[in-house]
Amino acid sequence: MNRATTHTRLLGNLAVVVLVCLALVLQVSLFSAFAWDGVVPDLVLLIVVAGALARGGQFGLVLGFAAGVLLDLAPPADHTAGRWALSLLVVGYVAGRLRQDAGIGLGGLPAKPPALMVMAAVAGCSFVGTSIYAISGLLLGEGGVGVGSMLEVIGISLVWDLLLTPFLVPWVMLLLVRLEPEHARI
Amino acid sequence: MALLTPFNVGSRTRPRPLRPEGLNKRGSLEPKDPRGPKRSTAVALLLACASLATLDQTPALSPARDLAGELFGPVESAVSTAAHPLTSIPAWFDSRTKLRGQIAELKSDNADLRRELRTSDYGRAKLAQYEGLTRSAADLGYSLVPARVIAYGPAQSFTRTVTIDAGSNAGISADMTVINADGLVGRVLRVTAETATVLLIVDADSVVGGRVGGDGGGQVGMVRGTGLVSGKGRLDLELVDQTVAPLKGETVVTWGDGRAAPYVAGVPIGKVTGVYASVRDSSRTVRVEPYVDFGSLDVVGVVVPSGTKSDRSVVEPDGSLK
Repeated sequence: MNRATTHTRLLGNLAVVVLVCLALVLQVSLFSAFAWDGVVPDLVLLIVVAGALARGGQFGLVLGFAAGVLLDLAPPADHTAGRWALSLLVVGYVAGRLRQDAGIGLGGLPAKPPALMVMAAVAGCSFVGTSIYAISGLLLGEGGVGVGSMLEVIGISLVWDLLLTPFLVPWVMLLLVRLEPEHARI
Repeated sequence: MALLTPFNVGSRTRPRPLRPEGLNKRGSLEPKDPRGPKRSTAVALLLACASLATLDQTPALSPARDLAGELFGPVESAVSTAAHPLTSIPAWFDSRTKLRGQIAELKSDNADLRRELRTSDYGRAKLAQYEGLTRSAADLGYSLVPARVIAYGPAQSFTRTVTIDAGSNAGISADMTVINADGLVGRVLRVTAETATVLLIVDADSVVGGRVGGDGGGQVGMVRGTGLVSGKGRLDLELVDQTVAPLKGETVVTWGDGRAAPYVAGVPIGKVTGVYASVRDSSRTVRVEPYVDFGSLDVVGVVVPSGTKSDRSVVEPDGSLK
């Protein structure tokens, strides 16, 4: 591996770290003012989905875990650590599987997923991610909110995520593909 | 897995390119994304999640939480300050639409207060007593450290917590009471140098000792959060004596000795909006609407002992700044 590729890879990873931190801070400090019954768009989840769609399941898995741990530890989080890590890990896995099953990135086929597929991926991942988080809370006996209001929160966050997808996910995917070393692209 | 189906079908109908490295190890025709998730990584990370959750039952993770607080706190504070013109837009719309209703409400309140003022000397005498009580409470030494809310926990987390921009440097420590101009907000969970995490009283895990009805000494009970913030939020009051039913509109205040317990005494929590009796277990739930609007928290005060050393001015009980 030559020097230029090492630099690009370093830059790419740094960009991902900055993106996740920025999404986390905006989610708690800026979007809270526009919250709908307290529910804000899951910017971090959108970044994980975009990462998994752009670079595959292995990347999505690791990115989801790392982003989830940050979400578990950064203030004002107070739940048992590992819950968001688990949810976003699964989100990265599911989005990666979607990419694989659609054959995106496999030689000859277009490297860019169609817009409808991105929306479907975000909808599915948002539902799965928030639900796993809610269920893990039920299992650990945390956050004694009724199942009805849990479903309401899951539904609202799904709508929020879909609303923000066209403005965020394509650009993040473009950035992640651009910042990837040429030889690693498939 | 209904979501997967259309993509599966689509990929099967398309001609597959020949890519020897795309085939999996067993030589099956199903091409495998070489960048797909590896089973070993998935298992390792799943186990990591489980150990994180286990470690969090002990204090082992608190250094990591502190570190995250020290790193993210200043950034959250900066973003919140920079975005303040933007984030205050919804509040502006809110006040425009609610203005008419508020004026009508204030007019009727005003009339009520005037009538009450005229009616009885008895009331006035009682007021003087209360004033004396307030003064003695002030002598007990409730000083306030002012702070701003810089980050909200999302409702997706099903916990109601916020971050404020004052920490141990401002003289704040865990379990201190947080109030604002309207009433009780919550208590401090943990602090870093510059920020503190506050558990709101609407959180489902929050329990506050409450006293309702001033006249007969007051009935004592536990005020629990419901985790809901839609509208103004909702609290449930469980009275120790299940036979009494408080009146609608009565005020619930905190109860405690003010020094040992996390919550100082006498802070208004909310007003009773209804009493619901359960036929099954003959218990009574009292619905309480909090005075504080948890949807739009901004400036709050943390109750600290008088004479606390702080990096900012402290509001003393007599109203002076120190």
